[in-house]
Amino acid sequence: MTNPTPAKTKPATVPAQSASMMSVLAPAIGWFIPGAGHMIQKRWIRGALLLISIGTLFVLGLMMQGHIYKANGGDILDILGFVGDLGAGGMYIVTLAMNGGQGAVAFAIADYGTKFMIVAGLLNFIAVADAYHIAIGKKQ
Amino acid sequence: MTIQLTHFSAAFVFALFASIVFGITHRETTRDMVRYGLYCFAMFLGGVLVAGWAMWLVRR
Repeated sequence: MTNPTPAKTKPATVPAQSASMMSVLAPAIGWFIPGAGHMIQKRWIRGALLLISIGTLFVLGLMMQGHIYKANGGDILDILGFVGDLGAGGMYIVTLAMNGGQGAVAFAIADYGTKFMIVAGLLNFIAVADAYHIAIGKKQ
Repeated sequence: MTIQLTHFSAAFVFALFASIVFGITHRETTRDMVRYGLYCFAMFLGGVLVAGWAMWLVRR
């Protein structure tokens, strides 16, 4: 009598490995490029809308002379600002590399810009979580 | 290159893009996404207007 188990389990493990791989890849890419975590899973329109929304918020924040927080161990609000900014992924890294985001917060619009960039990063964290949920099949 | 937004236009832009992200990430179907995005947008802008008028009343 033959055992059919190996023949059944082999095809089942391939999608499982693929889903597992995607559950790591999609959030990582989605963090680095907003919306890319959705695009890599063929959610093109959602990914494009996320890229436009988060990207525009971040760029507008820069154009409003907002301030970018660097890694620090000082004031709790500065640490939280850094965590928020870090969510923007590649945009945050590129901005730091180009020495951008050095705006003064002496006037209201620059302060709005600072908040725009922090919120862009925080929204990207939500988008990353969404990409993960799609990858594990929790969401369509 | 710099940009100067008014308080209301900054709030409008913020509400628009935050609502798009909320709509996409918080709902399952396209229809629900659009409805929730519009709801968030209305709440953001409505909150701005209510808070603005509340501050105007407090100031008087």
